[in-house]
Amino acid sequence: MSQQVNSPTQAFGAAATTLPKRAGVGLKPEHFQVILATQPDIGFFEVHAENYMVSGGPFHHYLTRIRERYPLSIHGVGLSIGADGPLDVQHLNALRALLQRYQPQSFSEHLAWSTHGDAFLNDLLPLPYNTATLQRVCDHIDQVQSHLGRRMLLENPATYIEFVASTWDEGAFLTEVLRRTGCGLLLDVNNVHVSSVNHGRDARATIRTMPLKQVGEIHLAGFAEQVDGNGAPLLIDSHGAPVAQAVWDLYAFTLALTGPQPTLLERDNDIPAWPVLLAEAGVADQKLQAMHKATQPQATTVAVEVVA
Amino acid sequence: MNSQTAFAVPLLAPELPCPSGLKTWNNSDPATRYAVYRNNVVVSLIDALADTYPVVQQLVGEEFFRAMAKVFALANPPRSAVMAYYGQGLADFVASFPPAASVPYLADVARLEMAQVLAYHAADVLPLPNQALQSALTDPHQLEHLRLGLHPSVQVIASPFAVVSLWAAHQGTTSLSTVDPDVAQTALVFRHALDVNTLELRPGAGVFIGALQAGQTLMAAASQASEQATNFDLSGALALLLHWQLITTITPGDDHEPEH
Repeated sequence: MSQQVNSPTQAFGAAATTLPKRAGVGLKPEHFQVILATQPDIGFFEVHAENYMVSGGPFHHYLTRIRERYPLSIHGVGLSIGADGPLDVQHLNALRALLQRYQPQSFSEHLAWSTHGDAFLNDLLPLPYNTATLQRVCDHIDQVQSHLGRRMLLENPATYIEFVASTWDEGAFLTEVLRRTGCGLLLDVNNVHVSSVNHGRDARATIRTMPLKQVGEIHLAGFAEQVDGNGAPLLIDSHGAPVAQAVWDLYAFTLALTGPQPTLLERDNDIPAWPVLLAEAGVADQKLQAMHKATQPQATTVAVEVVA
Repeated sequence: MNSQTAFAVPLLAPELPCPSGLKTWNNSDPATRYAVYRNNVVVSLIDALADTYPVVQQLVGEEFFRAMAKVFALANPPRSAVMAYYGQGLADFVASFPPAASVPYLADVARLEMAQVLAYHAADVLPLPNQALQSALTDPHQLEHLRLGLHPSVQVIASPFAVVSLWAAHQGTTSLSTVDPDVAQTALVFRHALDVNTLELRPGAGVFIGALQAGQTLMAAASQASEQATNFDLSGALALLLHWQLITTITPGDDHEPEH
């Protein structure tokens, strides 16, 4: 009986510089112990940077042990890259220390803002897309990448309102930000669905306007449903429900354009038991594994041609 | 006023109208959509406070707590993106919040719960090995001049109310009906390994530990504790610190002779 040797597409552990093209799950304190006890077969974990900007204690204890076993994505929610004012250098220093400590395969942040004066508003607020905001966002991303000494991924936001002052559509704006700064795209497929419904656009057409060649990670999540002043659907990016079928369909459409990508199942509210999240990630992982299998013969052919 | 100020200010001021310059694809009222951001900001801050202060919430009920937390959050938004520490001013706010005046111990229970959060996330510092401690603590010439450094998670909360018993009654072990809230208690909060512990201290031990944390020598801390509590038990207080491995440094104190 010969033992089949799997060849993982990505290296494991600290030496890897990109996330594996598999499904990952947002790491929650409720699940620290079960993850270490069961060591599930999962592509990677993602944490919010700000949750680990604490001195010591259980959060660092468990993240250290989980990082020893899994690739990691660190995802910031408080840098306020889209803010009018300057970036908080103290926050950047704390981020740099966190990235040095955990050596994650990926660092990402949002095309949004969350600070005003010295207040932190704890939400991802929208910005108009125009020449002035483009310059500011690019300056801030240049500063982040130079301060941290690494490339970052920028996430498209879920939005509920648009600005009269916008002169670019979101896809074109993001494409230009990526072109100028060299950062990559964290494509949140749920956010594309939510924003498309909220602004009366076609989600698949919106996906096509995104800089898909620079995708470094995909996010999937659930949303809540309200109505606007006209009774039209208004979707809220709640991270508090399973991924909707419309978002799974949009994900499949996206993967057909981008090829397999590291895919995170985000769940921050009404967090279910660990096996439920693991099973949801399994749905994404099966899609990714099927693509890997489908593309393998093609990849071999290309390699042979290169050698010949 | 720039555009982000115009967008940000009404988020924390419900009486202000929705900002201008917003549009919707179907010409629906932008205020309904802007209200999503208002709600996200305020609810997320209230939720963060509810996570930190579960016993305060149980003492006054969810409805009262969330209304109080909203008043606090609108006036005191976070100053940092690190939300774990948000709400450190809640105890002082509660103490001067007239609708909470009928629950006089509420502010001190809030102090206790914030101390527990701070202890949970405090820096990891190894305790001194027992051997180093024993040799220093058994040398009577050294002993009284020593300064003891304590683990960064250690906090003392002295209250005119029964804060430890009130808190413990919400952990499912004792009943609130058996607690007399008007008995003064001193709480010791610290992290041992990965667990945050909350113990009741005798008043003298609280003074002693507080004085050590203020940098006083062992002798000065002990005499301050004896002045304030006639039955202060130095060896008992030291035994407690040793048992829970809360001493992280020992340094020789100033060796000044008293002036003649």
